[in-house]
Amino acid sequence: MELILSTLINGLSLGGIYAMIALGYTMVYGIAKMLNFAHGDIIMIGGYVIYVFMATQNPLLAIAMAVVFCVILGITIEKVAYKPLRGASPLAVLITAIGMSYLLQSLAQIIFGTAPKMVTVFDFGSVQFLGVTVQVSALVTLAVTVIVMAALTLFVKYTRIGRAMIAVSEDRGAAQLMGINVNGIITITFAIGSALAALAGLFYLLKAPSVSSTLGAMPGIKAFTAAVIGGIGSIPGAMLGGILLGMVESISYKITAIAPYTDAIEFSLLIIILLVRPTGFLGKKRREKV
Amino acid sequence: MRIGKFKLNHYINYIVVGLVTLVFGLISLAGGRMDSSTLFLLEKIAISMILAVSLSLVVGFLGELSLGHAGFMCVGAYLGGKVAALLVPSLGNGLLTFLVALAAGAAVAAVCGIVIGIPALRLRGDYLAIVTLAFGEIVKSLFQNTSDDTFGGALGLETPRYDKKYLFIIAFILVLITLAVVQNLIRSKHGRAITAIRDNEIAARATGINVTKYKLLAFTLSAMFAGIAGVLYSFSNYTVQSAKFGYNYSIEILVMVVLGGMGSVNGSIVAATLITFLNTKLATVLTGDLAVLQNLLYALILIVIVIYNNAPALKNFRDTYNLGALIQKLLKPAHDPARVKDDAAKWDVVPTKIEMNEILSVDVIPQDKQDYTGNGGDL
Repeated sequence: MELILSTLINGLSLGGIYAMIALGYTMVYGIAKMLNFAHGDIIMIGGYVIYVFMATQNPLLAIAMAVVFCVILGITIEKVAYKPLRGASPLAVLITAIGMSYLLQSLAQIIFGTAPKMVTVFDFGSVQFLGVTVQVSALVTLAVTVIVMAALTLFVKYTRIGRAMIAVSEDRGAAQLMGINVNGIITITFAIGSALAALAGLFYLLKAPSVSSTLGAMPGIKAFTAAVIGGIGSIPGAMLGGILLGMVESISYKITAIAPYTDAIEFSLLIIILLVRPTGFLGKKRREKV
Repeated sequence: MRIGKFKLNHYINYIVVGLVTLVFGLISLAGGRMDSSTLFLLEKIAISMILAVSLSLVVGFLGELSLGHAGFMCVGAYLGGKVAALLVPSLGNGLLTFLVALAAGAAVAAVCGIVIGIPALRLRGDYLAIVTLAFGEIVKSLFQNTSDDTFGGALGLETPRYDKKYLFIIAFILVLITLAVVQNLIRSKHGRAITAIRDNEIAARATGINVTKYKLLAFTLSAMFAGIAGVLYSFSNYTVQSAKFGYNYSIEILVMVVLGGMGSVNGSIVAATLITFLNTKLATVLTGDLAVLQNLLYALILIVIVIYNNAPALKNFRDTYNLGALIQKLLKPAHDPARVKDDAAKWDVVPTKIEMNEILSVDVIPQDKQDYTGNGGDL
């Protein structure tokens, strides 16, 4: 019972992180129609920025700086690498995004070296819950993710910018004809996505207090898996997919026989979902048009 | 350049690769002083060439991104290595063992290609890239966690090494075979169908091209050659370790294809040679923290070359200043515009989707609607 409970809570907190990253993916994918491979590496940059500013001993300042820095970075990447390719083949955009991911990783390695940096942002400690030790940081992660998801949903539904985002994601050309500044909307989307990535970086530091240049690569890919499972372009879907993936990972780690295959299991899940239901659980099916 | 019916630029790569093999082969057989590092480098270059040419079939000609090429290679390396290790006691470490191992590795990799190719039929673009990436990671993870007596587990599979003096000759013969298969495919009507799918899948389907069949064909062939490269790898090294065949290796192969120019077989060969050579040389210079500069170089190659080659804003610039035009100018000062160059590798010769749209429809599609696919997106 206690094992089950601790596995569940672990899965939820891991799922919260994946959901946070997946939200960024799904926003960018839904609106800019591109897979931002560098998203996972923005998480890593966020982690390093927190590490640098934790020298001031002020966690709130460090987090704020991480968000600001990641937003600027995200917008810069979009302007420099992705915007010139708008209108080019999706393949070109995808390869550039992979290049960007590589670039961020190697720059981080050049600046900070290969050895992981240790940094403790907050020490929340733990509480006893039904006989299980629960890390408070896990609960914080989950709570913040739920709040962010709700806020994003409201933002997209009820603000002018949010509605413009829906319009751009539905039909970019028509949105432009209606007077929507498509480039501006895409920039805002990247800014939001990068801010979420910075928060995800914070969550990683809360979970394990070390940051290295490959921190974001694997979680980034897994979070994309989560976004696909939930249905890409759907905000609640990203949350659902993230939690589901976190649960699968947490359970798989607990079963000794399959623990080494955890990554393989998660990716197999992705392949199966894409084969059976390519639009994910909450994604809308679209017909292909010329 | 044309000599009678013989088109030199169709065969130039066979000739160059063949001559290189012949020269080095003669030196080696005549007992020349070729140290093992040179031989190893030659083997690595041949392996890279096979990988780059086969990936270019999927990325450059089919227009889909595969991020799991190293995964197919991994399958080939493990299966080929295992088969060879089993056969060596009975057949000896000769050509026969190698051929059987090659067949086994290639066949299993091809089967994996079909298995991964089936989602490729339903998915496109980004999803397919992620599925192939997932495949690569799954393969890596599976081989890493096998028990020690089947595939060697985390320590890797020990493989019998082939006689160093001859392996590179076999490797280059395999490069020639790869070239023959890929180039003849691309220059046939099947190849035209594959490039048609790349340029506009819906239009290709409308003209009666069996998209499913050709996608699967390209994918399976590409996987099979990656498997062949894997078998070569297992014969060229003492051990096969699955950690080597990760995402980073797939990206390295992609860098070769992108650097060589997507849709150019010759470019892939040149880039494969260059990157492999640089890798080997840089590995001795850039040690420790400097090793990361190599990744930085890869990243910059991917970003700069892709933006330069694809940015719509740079089209005029590209048409005026590019390597191809420069070489053309040097080769034939008197330009003959009447002769249309018959080369599938030239993307620009074939009208693109956008130009077709402009020709076919009355209203012109706005610039940023060109990548419009109409799927996804309900925020």
